[in-house]
This record gives sequence, C-alpha cells and structure tokens, in this order.
Amino acid sequence: MKNRLKVLRAMRNWSQADLAEKLEVSRQSVNAIETGKYDPSLPLAFRIADLFELPIEEIFERGE
Amino acid sequence: MPAKITNPAVRRYTIRLFVLMTAYVLFLILAKWMFKRGMAEGSFAYVLALLPALPIIGVFWAVMRLLVEQTDEYLRMLMVRQCLFATGFALFVTTIREWLQNFDLIAAGDGGFGAAFFWFAGLGLGALYNRLTLGDGGCS
Repeated sequence: MKNRLKVLRAMRNWSQADLAEKLEVSRQSVNAIETGKYDPSLPLAFRIADLFELPIEEIFERGE
Repeated sequence: MPAKITNPAVRRYTIRLFVLMTAYVLFLILAKWMFKRGMAEGSFAYVLALLPALPIIGVFWAVMRLLVEQTDEYLRMLMVRQCLFATGFALFVTTIREWLQNFDLIAAGDGGFGAAFFWFAGLGLGALYNRLTLGDGGCS
C-alpha cells in the first residue's frame, strides 16, 4: 500500500521521531510505514488521519 | 555506557530475563552440586532436577508477555515473526536429530542442547531474518 506520510510529515517540518511521538509509536514504525515495509492497522491509520486532519484515503492509496 | 531502553514493555522483559537467568544459573549450580554429592534422592531428586527448567519455562512466559504487553504494533509484528522463526527452527533441528537417533546414526541424548536452546538460538536467527527481509532487527 502506498502512502503520502513522508510528504505530509515534511510539509509540517516534523522529523520521524516527532511523528512517532505524536502517534505514540516507535520511530521504527514510522520509518517502516513511510517506506512501505509495513501497512498500519486500521486503528493506527485512523490515528494518522486524525493527526493530519485528512481522510484516510488521502494518505493511503491502493497498490503494492 | 549501555543504551537506555525506552520501550516500557521491552524494559519489563529485560528485567524479567535478568531475574530468570540469574535464577537459572543459581538453580543449575545447586542441582549439580547436590547431585554430585549424592544429596538428591527419591522424589526430592525429581524436584531438584526440574528446578533449573523452571526459569527456562519462565523465559518462554516472559517472551509471550512481551508479545502481549508490546503496544507498538510494528515492533510486535517483528517479535511475532521472530517467535515463528524460532519455533520453526527448533522443530526443524530437533526433528532431524530425533530421526537420526531413531536409526542409530547419531548418539542418543541431546548433549545439553535441548529444544529450548534451539528455540532461543532461533530467536536470534529470527532477528537476523527480520533485518535481512525488512531491514529491521526489532526492539531497541
């Protein structure tokens, strides 16, 4: 699954550690999601969407 | 200076592991010392022989507690992969050994390297597998 997490994070000038702290996950998790190595669960995807104040489909899109 | 463990679940696991491994060493020394001096007889011998096994079983419990208590879903996924790898590795090695023993191609017994040893070794190999396939070894 593709995502725009890295772009959205960069637009807010947040580091991976900043985003990890806001989401209450590890920096490794943020990195794994950004690089497409890990697809987050639905609850975490909603937390990400809430944080960026965007619908989930504007952050995550279908695809390998 | 050792790195500070920030993940609460991993910190609890590390403390549990330290306590259990200390108990293992102490129980093993005690059991060997008493058996060597002929102080273990009857039903007490069974209790004494099983004493070092209890902390090892405790480590299995600690690993499973880590899986339950880990709130970070990505780190938990890495740990689950490690445990599955470890289980597969331990079953693979012990099954091969068992069948070689069945046909008397190797000596009976395990020379002190039982299923638990291979499972713990498998955890290490599982972390390596995670690093090679996902670029991430696991908790820090």
